[in-house]
Amino acid sequence: MAYLEIKDFYKSFGEVEVLKGINLDIKKGEVVTIIGSSGSGKTTLLRCINFLETPDVGEMILDGENLFSSSADKKDGEKELRDKRLNFGLVFQSFNLFPQYNVLDNITLAPTLLIKEQAETYKKELKEKVELNRAEIKKAVAEFIQNKKEEIAKAGKELLEMVDLVEKEKAYPCELSGGQSQRVAIARALALKPKILCFDEPTSALDPELTGEVLKVIKSLKKKDRTMIIVTHEMGFAKNVSDKVVFMADGVVEEMGKPKEIFENPQSEKLKVFLSSITNKDGE
Amino acid sequence: MGEFLQVTSQLLEGFSTSVMLFILTLIIALPLGLIISFCTISKFAPLRIFFKVIVWILRGTPLMLQIFVIFYLPGLLNLFVWPTMDTGWAWFDRTITTRFIAALVAFSINYAAYFSEIYRGGIESISKGQFEAGQVLGMTKTQIFFKVVLLQVIKRIIPPMSNEIITLIKDTALANFISVLDILYWAKDFMLDGLIWPLFYAGAFYLVFVGLLTIIFNRVEKKLSYFRV
Repeated sequence: MAYLEIKDFYKSFGEVEVLKGINLDIKKGEVVTIIGSSGSGKTTLLRCINFLETPDVGEMILDGENLFSSSADKKDGEKELRDKRLNFGLVFQSFNLFPQYNVLDNITLAPTLLIKEQAETYKKELKEKVELNRAEIKKAVAEFIQNKKEEIAKAGKELLEMVDLVEKEKAYPCELSGGQSQRVAIARALALKPKILCFDEPTSALDPELTGEVLKVIKSLKKKDRTMIIVTHEMGFAKNVSDKVVFMADGVVEEMGKPKEIFENPQSEKLKVFLSSITNKDGE
Repeated sequence: MGEFLQVTSQLLEGFSTSVMLFILTLIIALPLGLIISFCTISKFAPLRIFFKVIVWILRGTPLMLQIFVIFYLPGLLNLFVWPTMDTGWAWFDRTITTRFIAALVAFSINYAAYFSEIYRGGIESISKGQFEAGQVLGMTKTQIFFKVVLLQVIKRIIPPMSNEIITLIKDTALANFISVLDILYWAKDFMLDGLIWPLFYAGAFYLVFVGLLTIIFNRVEKKLSYFRV
């Protein structure tokens, strides 16, 4: 059964129709790469999934829960939108690390900011469930916050270990190479434990010799059965890492299948042209 | 020597009024400018247009004219009279006069208009990716602004801000057109008695003060040099 279901996404910017009816099913633990020439709507699709854009028409269901429906009576408020966004993580092409925070703080900032709300919920639960006086509740909440903070710091360090940047914990983003920055960005996205991790051309802003280290991290995530959607121009990587490759052209899913089928036995004319243009480029 | 001391103490008293006007204007205009800048980048068109017109008027007419209008108009139209302070603290009551308050109001809104444009430029110069990164990490708009964007904006706007703030200390001299007893008022007073040098002496007060401001701004800039935006 599909984990994430995207039904009939349409999106226009003014006169320009960017998405023209996208349907996509993703299974749990599946790695899906989206390829296609620029302007085909890949990035817009990813942004719609992450609630950075709102599709004009369409429906999105994650794990049985309807996250988005253009026919819904009322629009989501800011709080609902934030909660829904947290189902997904997004790694940007241009990293977008927060320059004034060091590496570890970049990773822990967002989870730390969430503590306050969690503490409020916890406080409410306490009040309803057990008979405690004020001071006891206050103490319990303070403990809760302290524990959370420790948890977050510990998780942050583990993530740094995973992306192999422990020694850069206290470094600022301006002191990192592109590859290191992108690895921090991946750790930052993972810190919120998203159900699905999305990548928007994660290696396009990197020097060729630095793409490898980022791709290695993504591969290691595949081994841990993370569900991922990756927009990429790295065909070799797409072939290697994907369970499913989606080829987009002019705002529709032109062809979709196992990497082997897509790369070795393309059916549609557009995909054939796209693939040959890429091999030509490589040959130069 | 007696003359020098007399001039010094009079100019010092005048300069304390100038500095008071300077500090209070900053305390009001810095946050007010930020609020105005939010209005001028608001998506709600009536609000945006209204404040853009206000900023246009405040930047488009002479500050001295604004001081006159704010001081005289309420009385002429029988609207209200600027209040007097009566705290019993002699120096304070002598400094914070009705005229001073009118000047303070004029400076505050005029400088808030200039500051708002600096803030707007600063906010709009921050890459969209910073806002989006905050969004996908589940932050609220307020958190994104205060935890992510603000410090970057501050770093960006220090050079134009320091320019404006240095201009402000010198602009406070305009207040003596409605007879606020600032340093230049007294320097002029001595000149009318035939003493020329207090004018230059008054200039030295400004120079030293601006020198101090420059050092402070350099420090802040250095403090924020650990990151790049």
